[in-house]
Amino acid sequence: MRQSHVIQGFAPTLGLTVVYLSLVVLIPLSTLVVKSWQLSFDDYLKVIGSERVLASFRVSFVTSLVAATITSFFGFIIAWVLVRYPFPGKRFLDALIDLPFALPTAVAGIVLATIYQPNGIFGEFLQNALDLKVAYTPLGIVVALIFIGIPFVVRTVEPVLQEFDTTMEEAASSLGASRWQVFSKVVFPNIFPALLTGFALSFARGIGEYGSVIFIAGNLPYVSEVVPLLIITKLEQYDYGGATVIALTMLVASFLLLFLINLLQLWVRRRSGQV
Amino acid sequence: MSILLKQISKKFGQFSALQDINLEIPEGELVALLGPSGCGKTTLLRIIAGLESADSGQVQLNGQDITHQHVSNRGIGFVFQHYALFRHMTVFDNVAFGLRVKPKKQRPDEATIAKKVHALLDLVQLDWLHDRFPDQLSGGQRQRIALARALAVEPSILLLDEPFGALDASVRKDLRLWLRHLHQELHVTSIFVTHDQEEAMEVASQVVVLNHGKIEQQGIPSDIYDHPVSEFVSRFIGQTNVFHVEKEDSQWLEHGGIIFDDPQGLVAHVRPHDIQIEKAETVEQSPIILKDWQHLGATIRLELSKIAGSENIVYAQMPNEQFKNLNLTKGDHVLLQIKQAHWFN
Repeated sequence: MRQSHVIQGFAPTLGLTVVYLSLVVLIPLSTLVVKSWQLSFDDYLKVIGSERVLASFRVSFVTSLVAATITSFFGFIIAWVLVRYPFPGKRFLDALIDLPFALPTAVAGIVLATIYQPNGIFGEFLQNALDLKVAYTPLGIVVALIFIGIPFVVRTVEPVLQEFDTTMEEAASSLGASRWQVFSKVVFPNIFPALLTGFALSFARGIGEYGSVIFIAGNLPYVSEVVPLLIITKLEQYDYGGATVIALTMLVASFLLLFLINLLQLWVRRRSGQV
Repeated sequence: MSILLKQISKKFGQFSALQDINLEIPEGELVALLGPSGCGKTTLLRIIAGLESADSGQVQLNGQDITHQHVSNRGIGFVFQHYALFRHMTVFDNVAFGLRVKPKKQRPDEATIAKKVHALLDLVQLDWLHDRFPDQLSGGQRQRIALARALAVEPSILLLDEPFGALDASVRKDLRLWLRHLHQELHVTSIFVTHDQEEAMEVASQVVVLNHGKIEQQGIPSDIYDHPVSEFVSRFIGQTNVFHVEKEDSQWLEHGGIIFDDPQGLVAHVRPHDIQIEKAETVEQSPIILKDWQHLGATIRLELSKIAGSENIVYAQMPNEQFKNLNLTKGDHVLLQIKQAHWFN
């Protein structure tokens, strides 16, 4: 099927895309696969099947999922406030959102660890008031990932919310819908695909996050050790094979999860006639 | 239901959008709020709907004060200028929305809803599109779906904001007549906003002319056309020739047979069809010539000007047939006769 476009150039742009993605993403990642072939399947199972590795996978995925869920909820509210209401200091707040993008993650990790450790400002309070330990537990990882993930949700939801036609809300209201119904039946379904994207991005970022996590996690094997850290540990022990296998497994698992989220998104868009 | 507005005023910052509006709309009318853009007509409609609140004044529906009632409790149907259809819902779900959000006790069951929605879609002649999404419809179709959606909740009044504004000319013409017929069928008190005087005259049973946040005139279309109360209304409704008596424009009027023993105002407005034309026998008989003319379908519009003096162009209009009989060509000298003029100060 040939369609005529105003701007021609399917071949060169696709070519460039393929070459670029190959150089930057595919070739580096494929060395991972090649490297892992040096191990037998038994060796592979031995590495992946070990308690410590399985525990680290659980920690990584669970904390990332929890963090991404919390981030999505609050990120949506932040985006809502930024788009809907004028208030003094809005630009300042807006700039603040992007800070986690720019800040070296290690700095974030150290700062968070400092305030959440048992004698830090928040840490002491939480310990005394709720008997809650944050730093050096999986909860600490969640805190770090929330910090890292916020801009992903806010920045994906914000433009969609901005584009949202508010007369749809007025229409719903004039038809007798309550405020909650206007939100749940009209606003939210239109924002949901973008929110899902934000969720996926912050989730993906969470799984790969290393810098900020290791300072606050405590890195206790079986409890608060994340997969990226385990990979580094293996590398430091010159166990390249083991590191590669874990990395590859994580790659595949992450890819599958993101793919699943993409499918879900497609389904949502289909259902709401946006494709 | 009847609508009564008492001393409605509204300001946006320093700008006074509406000043002291008093308006009564009897039950069953189809009213046009007509005015140039920025005259406050949409604001007034939104205040009636409850989408905007007035700074002062009262809105009554059937004698009941609803000034402080939320839009969702007013039982009105509102059709938005750009339709505001729910993009994520099918046509069916859009129309069913108002029924589905009703409190549990009043909510009909799905079968009743389906029946009602299909009946409404039949009414707007679009039932075959029930499973499409709004983005897949044309402008005229969206407009009719928006109307069906508003009608689903059986509103006591129907409010339409520039209902035909975003449609192309031929669709607009059809929809206008269709709306008028629909109103005759349903008899729900309706108000629509428009800046198009032709549309107001064609569709409405009553026209309210607004300017600068004030009501200039209210009445049936023919009254407003035949007896404009102000210069603004006369200019805004239909075409008109404006003559300033104190300037040399008076010569036109004198040529047209209006004698100034007792001028009734400073400005005379003459409709193009109130000017009668005759071919002058000789050049000396009249200083007025036919400059150009345009074919407007059933009528011909003539551009008249004087050989010397003001560069004013005066428009006259007459049926095709009559123009043919006069046998005029460009540059011919003509005699005018003004049959009727509206005087303003």
